Amino acid sequence: MNIIKKRKIFYGISLIIIIVGLIMMGTRGLNYGIDFVGGTSLQIKIGKALTVEQAREIMDKFDKEASIIHVGNARDEIIIKSNKDFSNNEIDDIVNEFVDEFDIEQKEFQSEKFESTMGDEIKRKALISSLIAAFGMLIYITWRFRLNFAVAAIIALLHDILIMLSVYAIFGIPANSAFIAAILTILGYSINDTIVIFDRIREESRINSKRSIEDIINHSIKKSLARTINTSLTTLIAVVVLYIIGVEAVKVLALPLIFGIIAGTYSSLFIASPIWWRLEGR
Amino acid sequence: MKIKKLILFLLIVAIVISAAFVSLRGIEIGKLKVTRIKDSIDLGLDLAGGVYVTLEAETDLQGAELQKTMDQAIIVINRRIDGLGVAEPNIVKEGSKRIGIELAGVDNPQEAIDMIGKTAQLQFIDPDGKEVVSGKNIKVSEARFQKTDFGETPVVALEFDKDGSKKFAEATRELSVKEIPEDKIIYIVLDGEIISAPIVEETISDGKGVISGEFTIEEASGLANLIRAGALPVEMKTLQSRSIGPSLGLEAYERSIKAGGIAILIIFLFMLIYYKIPGMVADIGLAIYTLIVLYSMKLLGVKLTLPGIAGLILSIGMAVDANVLIFERIKEEMRNGKSIRASIDHGFKRALASVLDSNITTLIAGVVLYYFGIGPIKGFGVTLILGIIASMITSVFITKYLLRLTIDMIDTHNTRLYGA
Repeated sequence: MNIIKKRKIFYGISLIIIIVGLIMMGTRGLNYGIDFVGGTSLQIKIGKALTVEQAREIMDKFDKEASIIHVGNARDEIIIKSNKDFSNNEIDDIVNEFVDEFDIEQKEFQSEKFESTMGDEIKRKALISSLIAAFGMLIYITWRFRLNFAVAAIIALLHDILIMLSVYAIFGIPANSAFIAAILTILGYSINDTIVIFDRIREESRINSKRSIEDIINHSIKKSLARTINTSLTTLIAVVVLYIIGVEAVKVLALPLIFGIIAGTYSSLFIASPIWWRLEGR
Repeated sequence: MKIKKLILFLLIVAIVISAAFVSLRGIEIGKLKVTRIKDSIDLGLDLAGGVYVTLEAETDLQGAELQKTMDQAIIVINRRIDGLGVAEPNIVKEGSKRIGIELAGVDNPQEAIDMIGKTAQLQFIDPDGKEVVSGKNIKVSEARFQKTDFGETPVVALEFDKDGSKKFAEATRELSVKEIPEDKIIYIVLDGEIISAPIVEETISDGKGVISGEFTIEEASGLANLIRAGALPVEMKTLQSRSIGPSLGLEAYERSIKAGGIAILIIFLFMLIYYKIPGMVADIGLAIYTLIVLYSMKLLGVKLTLPGIAGLILSIGMAVDANVLIFERIKEEMRNGKSIRASIDHGFKRALASVLDSNITTLIAGVVLYYFGIGPIKGFGVTLILGIIASMITSVFITKYLLRLTIDMIDTHNTRLYGA
């Protein structure tokens, strides 16, 4: 396995995804969730199966643009998302319409309302936190390794974030605050993977300083491969199970984590080391 | 020697299993009662059900004045919530202009949200538009039934303070002698909205007044509570509000526990099949790890939220990492022809730097997430931080100790049992 030799293929795969993603972001924009753009989310437990059309009929009285999706396998629970800022009375009215229409005995619902100003703030905070985290990591890795390792690791992180954003842009998945949390988590997760490989490179170059850097990198990745795959696999299992079984609030967190873990593993194996190799002046 | 080690090992396994059992099922021996962890850990609102509101003051005030206004606002909100009879409300100032409010177990969440954010500026206004008395002059305010022509109807009974009584007496004296009914009206206005417009027929000098309208008793007592608590010193905008029905929260909790259980089970099996004896040791370590995280959350009073559960399950996946790192190193050492014992010692030593470095960098992210995170993201950060620390402790100390114990115990040269 020669990672360095095939680096252009690996770069290419990532670049294609990122470029398509950026184009989509530029033309269509990210599909922001209502906690970013402001609006109301309402989850109602109906207790019996209903179709989206039935729900739409009721919702048309309040907001024709509202999105309605099912949750739960029994299709007896719905989530309504509207960009309108419904008053609490209106929320009550909506719920009562459903209660009347479907003879619901126990009124059971949850609602969330957001002002659009919160979205900008979350985005700003996320950006600041990522920068601070990246800076902290940069210092730590420079101290423990060397600056070039730190820079390569941070570039790999940037790659992961861009891939996650791209996937969201390409598929038009609503990006919300859970997505931001996932990005921040992946920052922590992916760096972990990268450091393990860098640690191996550091060790191998100490043991055998005569070998070429290319050799050392390939050898180190080969040696770390089983570990990287096993760790990613166990983590991925955990997150996929969460996605399959979890409720909506967990799913929106698990989905970006799945993409992030895959991107993070990929970048640790195929992006970080070639970039370090480049930085070392080869 | 071997027997001793075996007994020790089995003892540890037995302790871990019974601890896990107790945490899953709870136990009751005589007076000693340990409830299962599922029921004893504090749940966040998204799991327990309740209301979450973020209010922002609409004001240009700054510095000490803003601080004072916000403190007053918090006092008023506290009083209102007291009136709702909510146990353990959580009211915190967020930043300089915001107030975050968490209420668990509210019967009517929408109403609570409405009530918390209301300015509740109560005014009595004469027909000329002059303020006679305001909410500040009110000493007592309570919901009551009053006999009217239509039978008993709920009203809000008010009692003014000295100053208010005087002003009210004066105003009613003036109004009562007016000729045209329109001139005799005193308007009771809440946040700019007329809620009642009684006609004054006589001077009211006892400092008592009544707001009657078409109230239900709930509405009357809600209004009485608002007036009692007083007006907010500043208008508040609801930035974000969330209300979760209790059974939906419970369902989310149950499903998350199920997801966690299945994820842990799969990871356990994977480790056991792939790494054999070390895998079994890692599984024991993971069980200890999970217990440490859960009980430290309980001890630290960290509330478990949905993102928190996700963080926890993710961290279990990641906790395996330290073990995998170490085991892969051990396998390598064995492949290089070292004995099992030497391989374990060397493997641990050589993996240590990478375990530390990789976890500390992740920890940096976790701390930033916790420190700068908003709402639920914070909960995610907490479990991530706890998880990383616990995972380092279990993998570096406990797994190592147990693994050594197994070699003393079975004394084999079959490296396959160790996953090679």
